[in-house]
Amino acid sequence: MTETTSTFAERSDEPEVLDRLTIRFAGDSGDGMQLAGNRFTDASALFGNDLATFPSFPAEIRAPAGTIAGVSSFQVQIADFDIHTAGDDPDVLVAMNPAAMMAHLKDLRPAGTIIVNTDAFDERNLKKAGYVTNPVEDGTLDGYKVITIPMERLTKDAVKGSGVTGRAVLRSKNLLALGLVAWLYNRPVEPTIEWLEGKFAKLPEVLEANRRAFMGGYNFGHNTEQIALTFNVEPAELPPGEYTNISGNIATAWGLIAAAQKAGLPLFYGSYPITPATDILHELARHKNFNVRTFQAEDEIAGIASAIGAAFGGSLGITGTSGPGLALKSEGLSLANMIELPLVVVDVQRGGPSTGLPTKVEQSDLLFAFYGRHGESPLPILAPSSPSDAFETAFEACRIALKYMTPVILLSDNTIANGSEPWLLPDLDALPDISQPFVTAPNGEDDKYLPYKRDPETFARSWAVPGTAGLEHRVGGLEKDSITGNVSYVPENHQAMTDVRAWKVANICHDIPEIEVDDPDGADLLILGWGSTKTTITAAVNRMRRTEGVIVAKAHIRHLNPFPKNLGSVLAQYDKVLVPEMNSGQLKHLLRAEFLRPIHGLSKVSSEPFKVREIEDKIRELLK
Amino acid sequence: MTLDYKRADFQTDQEPRWCPGCGDYTILSSAQKHFAQMGVARENIVLISGIGCASRFPYYVNTYGMHSIHGRAPAIATGLSVSRPDLSVWVITGDGDAMAIGGNHLIHALRRNVNLKILMFNNQIYGLTKGQYSPTSEPGKRTKSSPEGSLDFPFNPISLALGVEASFVARTLDSDPKHTERILQRAYDHNGSAFVEIYQNCNVFNDKAFIELTGKTERRANRIYMEHGEPMIFGAENENCVVIENGQAKFTRVADVDQREVYVHDEANPDPSVAFALSRLNKGPNGPTPLGVYRDVDRDTYDESFIQQVADVTEKKGPGDLQTLVRSLGTWTA
Repeated sequence: MTETTSTFAERSDEPEVLDRLTIRFAGDSGDGMQLAGNRFTDASALFGNDLATFPSFPAEIRAPAGTIAGVSSFQVQIADFDIHTAGDDPDVLVAMNPAAMMAHLKDLRPAGTIIVNTDAFDERNLKKAGYVTNPVEDGTLDGYKVITIPMERLTKDAVKGSGVTGRAVLRSKNLLALGLVAWLYNRPVEPTIEWLEGKFAKLPEVLEANRRAFMGGYNFGHNTEQIALTFNVEPAELPPGEYTNISGNIATAWGLIAAAQKAGLPLFYGSYPITPATDILHELARHKNFNVRTFQAEDEIAGIASAIGAAFGGSLGITGTSGPGLALKSEGLSLANMIELPLVVVDVQRGGPSTGLPTKVEQSDLLFAFYGRHGESPLPILAPSSPSDAFETAFEACRIALKYMTPVILLSDNTIANGSEPWLLPDLDALPDISQPFVTAPNGEDDKYLPYKRDPETFARSWAVPGTAGLEHRVGGLEKDSITGNVSYVPENHQAMTDVRAWKVANICHDIPEIEVDDPDGADLLILGWGSTKTTITAAVNRMRRTEGVIVAKAHIRHLNPFPKNLGSVLAQYDKVLVPEMNSGQLKHLLRAEFLRPIHGLSKVSSEPFKVREIEDKIRELLK
Repeated sequence: MTLDYKRADFQTDQEPRWCPGCGDYTILSSAQKHFAQMGVARENIVLISGIGCASRFPYYVNTYGMHSIHGRAPAIATGLSVSRPDLSVWVITGDGDAMAIGGNHLIHALRRNVNLKILMFNNQIYGLTKGQYSPTSEPGKRTKSSPEGSLDFPFNPISLALGVEASFVARTLDSDPKHTERILQRAYDHNGSAFVEIYQNCNVFNDKAFIELTGKTERRANRIYMEHGEPMIFGAENENCVVIENGQAKFTRVADVDQREVYVHDEANPDPSVAFALSRLNKGPNGPTPLGVYRDVDRDTYDESFIQQVADVTEKKGPGDLQTLVRSLGTWTA
């Protein structure tokens, strides 16, 4: 008996309006939860909500079906105001199977809504998830608003006649779930239909199956007596302008492309696939018409080595990786430091050490970025603070690399890489020209080229690329004479070269913005963050100011090495400084060592981002 | 533009710091002479080396150069060559640099057919660290790190290169500068990866390793100069020859076989099996040993394909536009 109709149900009642909503889709890795979450997100983005997302998935491509290890989830918060995070605890949980419920029910807020695919709650799946009795029936869900839906049966009914048959039918289950959620939260259906039409243009049967499943879920919402009231989140009043919804890895790739364009150089990206950095390689590989050359190297070492080779030849050389790969690139970074060529290394941090937690987040490579090389090998380090901020930060990393002839590390992380948010498109014409002309004529006496002769302001050496007659020269890992560039074992020369390499990096503090402190009320406590914690810190501070009248200041560091030149004086203005970070206190150590201030830390290395209330609790504790 | 270079144009003001009597000096001289007549402007030549005695080489050649890190020269050179196919890029490496720490990069450069000329100086010893066995040392070799004899089974570098289907594979000898120059020219003329093993004597830590090919009496008997299209005949009196039997290469006496059975060398054979069989004729530089080009076949180069893809995409899509790029995922206006 099919209940589907051929059109989307008409709405009659006015929905209740919410200011914000956090929804989490959770199911088996093969259930298509990332797709459902992304479609919900895009529909909301086009509707005009502010939003932030947090995808989470296992490292295994196909973990055993039905197990907790195989659960994949996607959380999105949408709002009618300026929000910053994907939300602490979801208001709505979509549980596609018992394992998803077992893994995520603990996070659902009290009295929250749970949408349960009852077809998956059979004895076998319950056992796999560790349930002795069925939680849908044994009182486990008391206190929650429960919507039960036999998704598999309804999907089969809905898809009938589409041409898709057999096991493939149930692949549309996620669209059915999405349809129900779209009904319940008054999402426009057109963006999802249009997306399906584009995605499956060449597979008309699959398109039809998915369209019918989506409509089936939507109409189930209309028909079921379990839903008395639907909800809506109105568009947010974002600053006027044109927006797109962007993830951090895409923004990083675009920032690198923009930098290469504004530098007038080919972009060479040498990289070995590694989670969660691989999407940067994927994205760059799609844009060869920007004179982007991507090279999938045989290993991480060849990734950086090929980028160094390309930089020697006059390209903007870039490599991307995550923690274990950064370790392998360490020797190459030292070479780039010694031969002073521009290079950008993107490290999308994940849980470590070793293979660690490849699909989870940490900020635990900070000290490694600072000190993870042999010898005295300082280099600039930058960290984006959100998915969209990765565009500008990647651009800035390239600017510094080119201007100062130095390798630069860009410390992204998994939350930034895979999370997404609305991005107010920047004025691309206003991006600065960051080209650095190659040297074309000898710069020494007797028509000699002196490769290590430096610019008096930046301390950068000049860039002479092969093919330039008269400037033939040799660089290399051995210490070089500070003028001629010939191999030198002279002690005074090594001291001078070590000093100048350090000065060159330290001197960049005069070429970067001072750190701005948000302190409207003259606080005694400063919350100082770096990287992806910005969103959570901002949400916590804003909420406490608004609802509790708490007086607290906040600031965020993008340039980690060198630090902004006013950072020391800023720290000195506050009785207490709190640094929340997803490591065991690495920035805290650096700040204490550099500025001799008693910095407080809030540390989290659980592989999950901070929750807003965790930061709030610490602020309350410090203000006692 | 005619290029009228002399060897001196490729010398630098840096004095080589190899041990007196090192085979590297003759290779340096042969290479400088070769570069002088190669027909490429000096500024368009780049030498990339790794670490080891051989890898000091770029400091002594007046072109562009990089003395890089241990084993990584093929990877660095790949990045350079594919982004600057206008350059003539040479990798200078040794048996430790190329076959031990850098083995991975070597095989991948060769399988991709990157347009690199890879000169591997094989002295069968670690010289710069003062005498340990290398991946090409003979089994049982007694060194400071193997006082009871090395347990390692050695690589046959030619077999290795042929195994990854390198498009050009050759061997020459430091003490035969004319042959070295000729092989370097052949490597340059080849479009694609060229792997050249150069037997090089380390007179301090592994002296006379190649004596059977260099000794006044032995060399006449043992050097087999391979020539394309020529029967493979060798020996002081040209009394010996190579035959291929059941896919295996064997030595025999010319007098013992029908002339038609003598193997006629075919560098251009697309199947690397025969070249591989030839590479098994000698285990190390002992007894009769082929010198010259084992294989020289045409195959698409990585560099050309790499740049062509960029050009094709640009032709199809038009030059990239940032304004379009940032709107490619759909936008809305607030």
